[in-house]
Amino acid sequence: MQLFHNITVNHYLVLSSVLFGLGAFGVLFRRNAIIMFMCIELMLNAVNLTLVAFSKMWNHTDGQVFVFFIMVVAAAEVAVGLAILMMLYRNLHTTDTTVLNKLKF
Amino acid sequence: MLSEYIFWFLSFVAVFSAAGMIFSKNPVYSVLSLIVTFFAVAGHYFLLGAQFLAAVHIIVYAGAIMVLFLYVIMMLNLNKLEEEKKSLYIKSLSFFAGGVLMLVLIAVVRRTEELQTIQPAVYNADMGLTQHLGKVLYKEFLVPFELASVLFLSAMVGAVYLSKKELA
Amino acid sequence: MEKLVTLVPLFPLAGFLYITFFGKGFSKGFIGTLASSTILLSFIVSVLVFTTQMHGAHPAIVKVFDWITAGSFDIDFSFLVDPLSTIYLLFITGVGFLIHVYSTGYMHDDEGFNRFMAYLNLFVFFMLILVLGDSYVTMFVGWEGVGVCSFMLIGFWYKDMKNNDAAKKAFIVNRIGDLGLIIGMCLLFAYTGTLKFDDLFIGGSDASGIPGGVGTAIGISLFIGAMGKSAQIPLHTWLPDAMAGPTPVSALIHAATMVTAGIYMVARSSELYAYNEIASSVIVWAGILTSLLGATIALTQNDIKKVLAYSTVSQLGLMFVALGMGAYSTAVFHVITHAFFKALLFLGSGSVIHGMSGEQDIRRMGGLKKFMPVTHLTFLIGTIAISGVFPFAGFFSKDQIVAVAFEENKIVFILSLLVSACTAFYMFRLYFLTFHGKFRGTHDQEHHLHESPKSMTVPLMILAVLSVVGGFIGLPHAVGEQMGMHWHWLDHFLEDAVVMPSIHMSLSTEVLLMVIATIVALGSIAYAWTIYKKRGVLADEDKDMESSAQKLLYNKYWIDEIYDALIRKPVDRISHFLGKFIEPKIIDGIVEGTGSLTKNTGGIFRMLQSGSLSLYIFVFIIGLIAILLSL
Repeated sequence: MQLFHNITVNHYLVLSSVLFGLGAFGVLFRRNAIIMFMCIELMLNAVNLTLVAFSKMWNHTDGQVFVFFIMVVAAAEVAVGLAILMMLYRNLHTTDTTVLNKLKF
Repeated sequence: MLSEYIFWFLSFVAVFSAAGMIFSKNPVYSVLSLIVTFFAVAGHYFLLGAQFLAAVHIIVYAGAIMVLFLYVIMMLNLNKLEEEKKSLYIKSLSFFAGGVLMLVLIAVVRRTEELQTIQPAVYNADMGLTQHLGKVLYKEFLVPFELASVLFLSAMVGAVYLSKKELA
Repeated sequence: MEKLVTLVPLFPLAGFLYITFFGKGFSKGFIGTLASSTILLSFIVSVLVFTTQMHGAHPAIVKVFDWITAGSFDIDFSFLVDPLSTIYLLFITGVGFLIHVYSTGYMHDDEGFNRFMAYLNLFVFFMLILVLGDSYVTMFVGWEGVGVCSFMLIGFWYKDMKNNDAAKKAFIVNRIGDLGLIIGMCLLFAYTGTLKFDDLFIGGSDASGIPGGVGTAIGISLFIGAMGKSAQIPLHTWLPDAMAGPTPVSALIHAATMVTAGIYMVARSSELYAYNEIASSVIVWAGILTSLLGATIALTQNDIKKVLAYSTVSQLGLMFVALGMGAYSTAVFHVITHAFFKALLFLGSGSVIHGMSGEQDIRRMGGLKKFMPVTHLTFLIGTIAISGVFPFAGFFSKDQIVAVAFEENKIVFILSLLVSACTAFYMFRLYFLTFHGKFRGTHDQEHHLHESPKSMTVPLMILAVLSVVGGFIGLPHAVGEQMGMHWHWLDHFLEDAVVMPSIHMSLSTEVLLMVIATIVALGSIAYAWTIYKKRGVLADEDKDMESSAQKLLYNKYWIDEIYDALIRKPVDRISHFLGKFIEPKIIDGIVEGTGSLTKNTGGIFRMLQSGSLSLYIFVFIIGLIAILLSL
């Protein structure tokens, strides 16, 4: 279904799939916790994009409200996550996730 | 026609700056690339008629969150940090996983034929505007909205507590 | 008027709570007065309630509060006011009051005085609940309550391990009995659907619908409960040991009130037993054997309290004989007279022990007559009363039991006469050895000898009077007619509450039996007099005991030793075996095996937990792909 001109909702879905895949790849590829964190933000954004596209498609506001709440949660998550990173760095002097392997047997 | 071009342009910018974020060696460049991606996404929101969200997106993500990231990177002085060389094994595995995920998602999207048949909705220009969104938010979603404020409070407390200098 | 009955247990409870929580700062005099006056108030209310019953008021149920409501099981916490419970109220609070007053003197120098008075009050409270409860369940609350109080009071001087052991023994033996009681209650509920006396016996008489075999089972189970509480064979061993407690406790709990709870319970369930031959004959034989055993052991004991304890066991046995023969009111009659003279004897012995600075061995006493005149005289009255000499209280009640036995079973009749003879003998042996002859204690003791204070002697005197006249509530026909008084007053009073025996003996038989009983009693007394007074024979020291019969009796038929060998040692050995082999090898093996199995399985799986974040996310994404592909 067309959203505008030749652009359909599928265009947006593919775009967000690409962004999401890139984010997932980034999380796997990088070992720096901060970069991994940013990749997660990217994945969240990919999801947001689909929600807005669907909102346009159904001509309904709920999708946008969901995006709004996702932003709220993301902001809270970033605040706490960065605080944890700060503490980790203070104690271990690194943000490399390969060093953070204490949660094993 | 113009909006179609804008879509392709913004998509291109978003994907390439996202890739740049991942492959950049310097964390500061990563952050800047991500900000570019966020701007592109905000442009998409404009295209989709969600003006309020676009504005909020720029303010929250580009304005607040990414500044926070930059701030942390600078505080920790991470811009010089050299990551160890990754083994080919890990690289190929992550390429494989991320790539397959992307392809599968696209394949799933391609297969959703029902989406093609849905009739175009009547376009409502007011939908993404602050006034309209505000009404929905404060009427139908009042309770989640209030809960979100509680979530923020607890996040705030958690952040302050965690980043205190000395923990017992 | 009946509503007032709620106050009766409330006063002692209030006294207990007050002394426990606020009693610390007050003088002993105040605490003693408080504790005694609560019982006095209860006594006054009891008298009021009693008079209404005496004037023919109908039995009433006074509901205190809703208690248990579960399906068809509905028990209120309520009191049953009828002749049986009111007469119990009367002598519990009456004798209880006298013993409280006595305790204020006896325990005056004890550091645990407040605790003692509080426990006594609590005991009276539970005892009143026991007799007032309108169902087996409410009664059971009191039943267990008095058990706990008895435990606490036997072990009152807890610094001596011996006392603690005695307390534990009493408690454990009682628990065995309680199990029987609980089983009986469960059976009763299963077959009738109710545990209220009102529904079971008085009004609906649901009890008559129980099939015979079950009735026997219920009767015997309940009787096992009574065995524990009232010290019948084979659960009698705790009572003599319970003498480790202070003497007022022995008088109140282990002679006058608590141990008669079993008799109360059986009398209350009289309709259950009246139609059940087997259960009744079990009671008769258990009773007479206990009676005989107690009486014979008492012949050789040298501890003043032990003699009285075995005497109590023996008298309780006689009461059960009466119960088993269907003469429920006679048993209650003997309970009352026994409460008077046995409380008197115990308090008298307490007075002697007090005077002798804690000495309890009659071989170290003698000649106390001139040092303690009041104690001597009252003790003598008690001794005569228990021996069954006309017209003292014990004569009438015991004579009634003997008469019933004569009608029902000649063997039991002869055995009960034998018990009477033994009773008269050992009591006078005790009396002569204690109060006559030369003083055999140390010089220090002789120097300290003194008559007890007023607070102790006045209760003794009152009880002595009661021991003399107490029997008049159940005068036999022949005597009553002669004296122009009511005969069998108690029987008539209890008519509505318990089943009455259908025994009608001729006046001549009645008189003949009385004459026989008197001859037996006087003969024993005379025999005791010739041995211990005239010939001045003294009790043997432990090492001098030669004849095997004497040894057998002195060692209480070795029953404690037999229990030790038959029950405790095997249990010990089984426990040892279990502890040594089963526990470490099998139980521990299973437990530790479970642990190590889990540990080893976990050990294999934890290899997956490398701690590498990348690996986790990789697996996560693979899972996500799998889900998407499967859509």
